[in-house]
Amino acid sequence: MTAPTPLASSRMDAAVNSGGEPKTQAQLSPTVRAWRRFKRNRLGLASLVIFVTLFVLSLGAEFLSNDKPLVVRFQGQWYFPVVQTLPEKVFGGDFETPADYLDPFIQQQLHKDGNWALQAPNPYHHSTLDYFAPLPNPAPPTARNWLGTDDRGRDVLARLLYGFRVSVLFALALTLFGVVLGVLTGALQGFFVGKTDLVFQRFIEIWSAMPELYLLIIFSAIFEPSVGLLLILLSLFGWMGLSDYVRAEFLRNRQLDYVKSARALGLGHWQIIWRHVLPNSMTPVVTFLPFRMSGAILALTSLDFLGLGVPPGTPSLGELLAQGKNNIDAWWISLSTFAVLVVTLLLLTFMGDALRDALDPRKVDA
Amino acid sequence: MDTTPCLLELKDLHVSFAGQAVVHGINLRMYPGERMALVGESGSGKSVTALSVLRLLESAELQGQVLWQGQDLLQQSSPEMQRIRGDEIAMIFQEPMTALNPLMTVGQQISEVLQLKKFQAPRDADARAVALLAETGIDDPKRRFAAYPHQLSGGQRQRAMMAMALAAEPKLLLADEPTTALDASLRLQMLELLSDLQQKTGMAVLLITHDLALVRHFAERIAVMEKGHLVEQGSVSDVFAQAQHPYTQKLLDSRPSREGLAPFQKSAATEKLMDAKGLQVHYPLAVSGWRGWFQKQRFTALYGADFSLVPGTTLGVMGESGSGKSSLAQAVLGLIPCEGSMSFRGQTWQNSPARDKSLRQKVQVVFQDPYGSLSPRKTVGEIVSEGLRLHQAQLTEPEIESRVLATLVEVGLNTLEYPDLLSRYPHAFSGGQRQRIALARALVVEPQLLVLDEPTSALDVTVQKQILKLLQNLQKTRGISYLLITHDIDVLRAMAHEVMVLQSGQVLEAGPAHQVLYEPSHEYTRSLLNAFAPGDAFST
Repeated sequence: MTAPTPLASSRMDAAVNSGGEPKTQAQLSPTVRAWRRFKRNRLGLASLVIFVTLFVLSLGAEFLSNDKPLVVRFQGQWYFPVVQTLPEKVFGGDFETPADYLDPFIQQQLHKDGNWALQAPNPYHHSTLDYFAPLPNPAPPTARNWLGTDDRGRDVLARLLYGFRVSVLFALALTLFGVVLGVLTGALQGFFVGKTDLVFQRFIEIWSAMPELYLLIIFSAIFEPSVGLLLILLSLFGWMGLSDYVRAEFLRNRQLDYVKSARALGLGHWQIIWRHVLPNSMTPVVTFLPFRMSGAILALTSLDFLGLGVPPGTPSLGELLAQGKNNIDAWWISLSTFAVLVVTLLLLTFMGDALRDALDPRKVDA
Repeated sequence: MDTTPCLLELKDLHVSFAGQAVVHGINLRMYPGERMALVGESGSGKSVTALSVLRLLESAELQGQVLWQGQDLLQQSSPEMQRIRGDEIAMIFQEPMTALNPLMTVGQQISEVLQLKKFQAPRDADARAVALLAETGIDDPKRRFAAYPHQLSGGQRQRAMMAMALAAEPKLLLADEPTTALDASLRLQMLELLSDLQQKTGMAVLLITHDLALVRHFAERIAVMEKGHLVEQGSVSDVFAQAQHPYTQKLLDSRPSREGLAPFQKSAATEKLMDAKGLQVHYPLAVSGWRGWFQKQRFTALYGADFSLVPGTTLGVMGESGSGKSSLAQAVLGLIPCEGSMSFRGQTWQNSPARDKSLRQKVQVVFQDPYGSLSPRKTVGEIVSEGLRLHQAQLTEPEIESRVLATLVEVGLNTLEYPDLLSRYPHAFSGGQRQRIALARALVVEPQLLVLDEPTSALDVTVQKQILKLLQNLQKTRGISYLLITHDIDVLRAMAHEVMVLQSGQVLEAGPAHQVLYEPSHEYTRSLLNAFAPGDAFST
């Protein structure tokens, strides 16, 4: 958790340099040993690898799913439409407006006389409206739209890819805020006990009695809906569960002998919290991370489904589910969104299970 | 003896967990009505052996034979084992609080055994349960029948456990450390009770313990285990008189000795390191009901203790659990608020980390539990150097490292044995070694007073002797004073120059060690001394 002190690290370097041997069991920190236990759980490790791969791919969604070509060679000139906004005139069109690369005329221009264009694997952005689609919307899966289109003619695959990214980023941010707030308040209550604890506990009781959903509805009526506003509102209510766990861990750890020893050595409160109590109280926090993530994804999806979530136009899994509900015949919308949600939540759950086992103090190293 | 049929015979018993052998082939015989002791230190496999007789170990692989009156228990079906457990072989455990169901009254639990094993009608079973409780010498057995485990004291719970074990009139009682969780004065009573009941019922008893004083007092035969091997067995008188195996000799020789202790002269003129007058400790006590919202009662853990410490000497504080001795330790360390006056060469606690910093360096502590006293997420180097970094910030990294290593060598840990000593984590060390690390953490800042709160009571006897010897040497070379808190009279006899006896927060007696520990003036001290060394078999 904390960086090794120069003393320990210099020793470790010496040991590694002289012998060149791997570290012995005795030299492994509890964190490293937990990681080794995690790695032994095949399902958990595979889930982590798949999830991280999907997330990294979705971070580069602009290069995977975009109506703008990645590279264009046009009349001896290089263009990079994926990062540039180019008017139609550049490619021989009539207008100053940005080029529509799905326009058959532009396509034709890009492919004659040694011109060429490198398209993204899926040639649609999540906001792309295909004005030249042959089928009415929503269109079933074809070679043109692998997973079909939604009721406004946007590509479902592109919506899913960008929606997954928004969901995971939102969940990461929400988890981060929740953990920071929860650990901070839990630590304050658990370490300083007495009046601090009493006041915080009563505050939490009152705060957790607030009707979260009504507040969300009211706020989405007052303010312009945005991802940031949603993040703030959900964070305000999302820290309390974790706070209780951290408080309980602190209450237990603060009276252990190593904390008393640290007090007897003369360390200040914050030094004791930071160096001794906190690193030993992080187990529930880490164990809950994947479950908090999946909770956050579900929360965002449900709010979007109800129309209380992200602003219109933002790619979102919940909004796709709502479309699926409204167009019950368009099975490709609901089914593919459902599959993405199930896989994401399953991966997170498997990771959480593996993490819980890895951090279980009763499990021994084999 | 060979003509009488064996009650229990272990033939080449092997026990292993997940491929790791913990008991390597044990041969042991017990005859009806015999009192036998199985002795060994922690990790020797003595409890595992006892539990495997009843096949109570899940996930253990058992090999060999456990012959109970001729039939092999390892081959029995599980319904048959259920009949044998409790009916023919009963067991009592170390911690009666966890061995009794907290949601049932003690009487119900005993009565249940009678109904299940002896098929008695509920009314008869209840009457018999009261009688059994009376037999174990519990006072007011009718009332205790209806009591829940948490309403009984530790000794009463252990008596109830015993009544439960005896309910089905077993032929063999396995007693796994039955007195370890009890205070010293209760241990002898429990052992006498066990002895009485054994003679009355004629059952055989296998006493599993690490306490040789108990063995000598109770058992006829003794079997000594070391690291899963049975190294010696024989009659108690033979083994105690002439131990054959070096490990048994080491065990018998593990009584701490006073040999290495620094001499002590106290005169009126001697400068005092520390002086306390009328030291009191109170805790707030919750009041039940709505009154508790507005007022708190006070529980007094310590009612005015007067004591002083001369440099280079040890003040021993003796008391049973609840006597206020740990409150005293924490008050001296300035970890809890206290009343009365206390000064260390003129300095007093200010109740603020910043203002207390210079005094913190002079007063250090070593706690009882070697597993709880080191943070599991810090390396040994980080743990020991922490005090130096705080108190002597001017030191450079190489200086800190050399000071840390020197201190570790002083407590008996060196880089020859553990080349990676500083980067190891506490989990890689045994209890005794951890206690040495905790000692090094305290010593590295060069304190003048070291508070030792039961420093050896969680350790095995042979390790205890080593640690005490180390403490004696450190006192001689460094001239540190110790405030030694313990319930163990052997430890006090070996270590203390002066002794203070506490009971329920009151100082009963204080004075030079030889006087208090050998010719006590107070009745309570006398009863403690008696209880601790029955018949004073080991007197030095």
